[in-house]
Amino acid sequence: MPAQSDGDPAARDGAGRHPLRNLWRLRPYLRPYAVEFAWLLVAALAATAASLAVPLVVQRVVDGPVAGHDAAGLFRLGLLALLLGLAEAVLIFIRRWTQSSSSVGMEAAIRADIYAHLQRLPAGFHDRWQSGQLLSRITSDLSVIRRFLSFGLLFLILNLVTYLAVVVLLVRLHPALGLLVAASAVPLFLISRRFARHYHAASRRMQDQQGDVATLVEETAQGLRTMRAYGRGPELAARFTGGARALHDTGIAKARLLARTSALLDLVPNLTLGVVLVAGTAAAARGALSIGELVAFVSLQLMLIWPVQSLGWIIANGQEAATAADRIQEVLDTRPTIVDAPHARTLDRAQVRGRVRFEGVSFHYPGCAPVLREVDLTVEPGETLALVGATGCGKSTLLSLVPRLHDVTGGRITLDGHDLRDLRLASLRRLVGVAFEEPTLFSMSVWENLTLGRPAAGEEEVRAALALAQAEFAYDLPWGLATRAGEQGLSLSGGQRQRLALARAVLGRPALLVLDDPLSALDVHTEALVEAALRRVLRDTTALLVVHRPSTVALADRVALLDNGRIVAVGTHSELLATVPAYRAVLSAGPVERHDGAGLVRS
Amino acid sequence: MTEPPDGSPTVPRPRHALDDELDLARWRGRATDPDADRSRAEDVAPEAVARLRARSRALLGQLLRPHRRRLGLAVTLLLAQNAAAMSGPYLVMLGIDRAITPLRAGDPGPLVAVAAAFATASVTEYAARRCFLTLAARIGQAVLLDLRQRVYGHFLRLDVGFHERYTSGRMVARLTSDLDSIAELVDGGIDNLVVAALSVLSVAGILLWLDLPLAAATLLAFPFLFWLSRWFARASAGAYRRTREAVALVIVHFVESLRGIRAVQAYRREPRNQRIFAAVNDDYRQASLRAFRLIAVYSPGIKVIGNLTVAVVLGYGGWRVLGGRTEVGVLAAFLLYLRRFFEPMQELSQFYNSLQSATAALEKLAGVLDERPAVAEPERPTSLPAGPGRGAVAFRSVSFGYRPDAPILSELELTVPAGQTVALIGPTGAGKSTIAKLLARFHDPAAGAVTLDGVDLRNLADAELRRAVVLVTQENHLFSGSVAENIRFGRPGADDAAVEAAARAIGAHDFIAALPDGYATEVHRRGGRLSAGQRQLVAFARAFLADPRVLILDEATSSLDVPTERLVQRALGSIMRDRTALVIAHRLSTVEIADRVLVLDGGRIVEDGPPAELAAAGGRYATLHSQWRDSLI
Repeated sequence: MPAQSDGDPAARDGAGRHPLRNLWRLRPYLRPYAVEFAWLLVAALAATAASLAVPLVVQRVVDGPVAGHDAAGLFRLGLLALLLGLAEAVLIFIRRWTQSSSSVGMEAAIRADIYAHLQRLPAGFHDRWQSGQLLSRITSDLSVIRRFLSFGLLFLILNLVTYLAVVVLLVRLHPALGLLVAASAVPLFLISRRFARHYHAASRRMQDQQGDVATLVEETAQGLRTMRAYGRGPELAARFTGGARALHDTGIAKARLLARTSALLDLVPNLTLGVVLVAGTAAAARGALSIGELVAFVSLQLMLIWPVQSLGWIIANGQEAATAADRIQEVLDTRPTIVDAPHARTLDRAQVRGRVRFEGVSFHYPGCAPVLREVDLTVEPGETLALVGATGCGKSTLLSLVPRLHDVTGGRITLDGHDLRDLRLASLRRLVGVAFEEPTLFSMSVWENLTLGRPAAGEEEVRAALALAQAEFAYDLPWGLATRAGEQGLSLSGGQRQRLALARAVLGRPALLVLDDPLSALDVHTEALVEAALRRVLRDTTALLVVHRPSTVALADRVALLDNGRIVAVGTHSELLATVPAYRAVLSAGPVERHDGAGLVRS
Repeated sequence: MTEPPDGSPTVPRPRHALDDELDLARWRGRATDPDADRSRAEDVAPEAVARLRARSRALLGQLLRPHRRRLGLAVTLLLAQNAAAMSGPYLVMLGIDRAITPLRAGDPGPLVAVAAAFATASVTEYAARRCFLTLAARIGQAVLLDLRQRVYGHFLRLDVGFHERYTSGRMVARLTSDLDSIAELVDGGIDNLVVAALSVLSVAGILLWLDLPLAAATLLAFPFLFWLSRWFARASAGAYRRTREAVALVIVHFVESLRGIRAVQAYRREPRNQRIFAAVNDDYRQASLRAFRLIAVYSPGIKVIGNLTVAVVLGYGGWRVLGGRTEVGVLAAFLLYLRRFFEPMQELSQFYNSLQSATAALEKLAGVLDERPAVAEPERPTSLPAGPGRGAVAFRSVSFGYRPDAPILSELELTVPAGQTVALIGPTGAGKSTIAKLLARFHDPAAGAVTLDGVDLRNLADAELRRAVVLVTQENHLFSGSVAENIRFGRPGADDAAVEAAARAIGAHDFIAALPDGYATEVHRRGGRLSAGQRQLVAFARAFLADPRVLILDEATSSLDVPTERLVQRALGSIMRDRTALVIAHRLSTVEIADRVLVLDGGRIVEDGPPAELAAAGGRYATLHSQWRDSLI
């Protein structure tokens, strides 16, 4: 079940669905602005009406005062044109002012919702999705949608209304010519439909490629030191050029489509205008049409040129918005698989004794071979259990199951007899303090990094945690704890970052500590100090540690040996050392053939 | 402006109260570098803004220069299109004024001529428009590609120190969001911009030709248009600059928090992240809103001027027709031309907007391109002396600190003969990693020189330096791609057999072979997730394949289990025999394979000698050594 619903970027459905379906599904975001939108539509229509009235005034001027030599009438009509013009401008102002707040408001609301959703999606989702693809969704894709909702959609409506209104006026002025103009809508429709189809695919391709480029960039940013250490700049640049060139090619393909269509959309009204001109002139010559009417007819018809010309742009914009909406809904449609069960309960820190049991726990990443098979393990309250095993045997995966970063795919894990899945996530994660194999720091203040999960922590608590992790160096940073720690740890050494991460884990005395190789980057001296301090904490906290070195194993009351996803031995360090050769091999010595039991220091 | 880092009472202290407003302003903490949030070229001072504008204009010039001929062609096409489009109203005028009377007299000639001219104009417009749009897109996309490559390439050249303060999120913002806003202009703006500008000029010309006094009345609108546009240009430049900065913060927070999603979820950081995101998101919203409101004033402003002009022309022109000083057809053409003039003007205001947004983005990119790498490639590189077995390293009175007020190394002297394996040990902050980074030329020393085979590292071409010196750290980044590709990163030309041999030598073959697709397993794809130890093994294989003269290992085996570490050490033992190696390790087991041990403290070498001698000498190393021995059982 989780394999399918976790959202796989590779598998896209939506084939056969209506291309605008996902765009339509975004309408709840429009709802708070429904009243405003209605008003701005009214303002926009009124503005269009005002601008349409002007040629009619011109007709009156030509046929009335000019023909009749009526100066007073001329200035009356001139004043009317002026008022209509001012009204139009004021209405446009109202429309734009209203629109600006609603469009950016919608954009921000959708972005906040996507972010919230992404934070709820499990680690497994983030393992599979490239972050650049997610990023391009909240930036490029959203601004495309914003542009469509604020301009494309409005102009689509406006232009249709303008078109209809103009055609009605034209038919009234001269039915035959008016109907001719109306008939020009048929080729326009055919051209537009064809364009929309082709553009849809190109637009989706472009957006996916934008995501790929963003991914490449992000990866470069992360792997910068490695790139530099090997001087692989040229190779990365070549790789980037590949991505950028794909964007370039798609951009040109899109532009070709748009160029062809928009030139055609120009041609049709122009040809219609030519026919109208010839026929109208002939009609005027016969006296069937006044010259004023002909001028009004032609100038009204000229008003159609822009709406038709912009049709290409609006359709392009609409298709881009549709594919952007598809991409956004792909993320929003992914259901978080690790969520609170309906009956989930909260455990109080005080109630927790801290007995953790793995009962027949199995785990595999979607579509892969099992990492853990039928693991049975019990950690008694207050006990410290060390997990030992060869590189890549599943130790870290096992730990990640405790705070439910992943859910077990078989069996269950219980805390004081409660299945972890019956506990509220927030409650469970408050009880568990975690330090990962790679200390993750964010570019924010050291204080913020430390109190990640406990924003209410007091200064004393923080001080105690820093002392325990031997991380008091943080106070000596230029701005103390207010110093910004870079995402890659500024110029902090690996050991310093690890100690900050450890301080974070022990802050607030969690009921259960889950530490993944917490001392690996410390020097021997610091390690000894941290160990001594940690030992005091571990005395009354249930803890699960992953360790690689004999020195850290000493912290544990018992040790479990993990091999190929199974627990093969559990016991105290000395027991296992004495009785389990595999344990000795993993923890203490070199290749077995050279093993002599005690010689740990050898070259 | 650097404030003294003295911990005075003005330094904001973290608070625990959930006082949101204050709190949100504070979460990012204070950067150690005052320029952390921008490239150095960007500054708030007006001269700096002006300088940056000039830079970005120069950049635009450079980008367009290779396309001069195509640009010329594009302008020609545009002129043709414009001329064809402009002839429409004129032909209408001709039709009304010249064709009706002859037609009444039974002569269809003039009308036929007008119709033919109209058809020709329409087809010309079609062809010219289509060619122009395609050509413009070619130029625009080529410029974008060029700009993307330049900025990306420059980011690669910039030193590690720059990236540490600039943060990856901001780099991503520059290369995605900023380039997007330039692309937006290229996609849908430039032609309208040029067409509108051309319309303005040609319409003005035609009007003057048609009827001078009436045209004079029309041209009265120009100063107002100019004044309004200048106001908008100034106001929106500032507004868009703010949006670029605001969106960069959104991206930084987004990218970082999702990258660290495990920590976020494990520590229930989501609500606070959401609040921070809401704050930066809202900040961006407000910045955009300001920019959009400016255009909400500008665009109707243009409309007012246009409509006033129409009313004036109508009144004044009608009056002139009354007086018999001009034809009705001229008045009609005038009004039609005005429409052609103000209609694109309206759209122009919209595209002017994207232009401003793109300009702000281009300024940001120009700021990045303006940044000089602190660790630059030499103009005239020296080559390393040829011959096998080289790799002598020397530090000559090297001083260095990440911040000027906090020196890490001062006057360090160190000579490592070719082929020697040196272990560096000492407490955190002693300067071990700094020595490694200086030797890998991540930074340049503030004083003194680091030399390889007698050549100052600053005089070596980057490619040569990287072939000779490889640094393996505990952060082993794997790039997306297969395991084999990641190993081949060490030596791009290596064949599959060499890749596998490297993996075997380092003891990584077994686990790689057990992956779902073996060496072809995608490291970032489903199931390809490697543990920290496995990543270290891949990184080792990579270094092994690179086969450098000098190998630097900075805590490179920290995540390995003991047998694997042993395996790696044995492999290293053989490869290190004929090359220079600098090993930083906290585990003395690694140190034991060294020829020589340096104990560092406070940036100074306090003990120096073969491990066995030092262990016997009773100094710091001896203490550490015995501590470590005790810890083993």
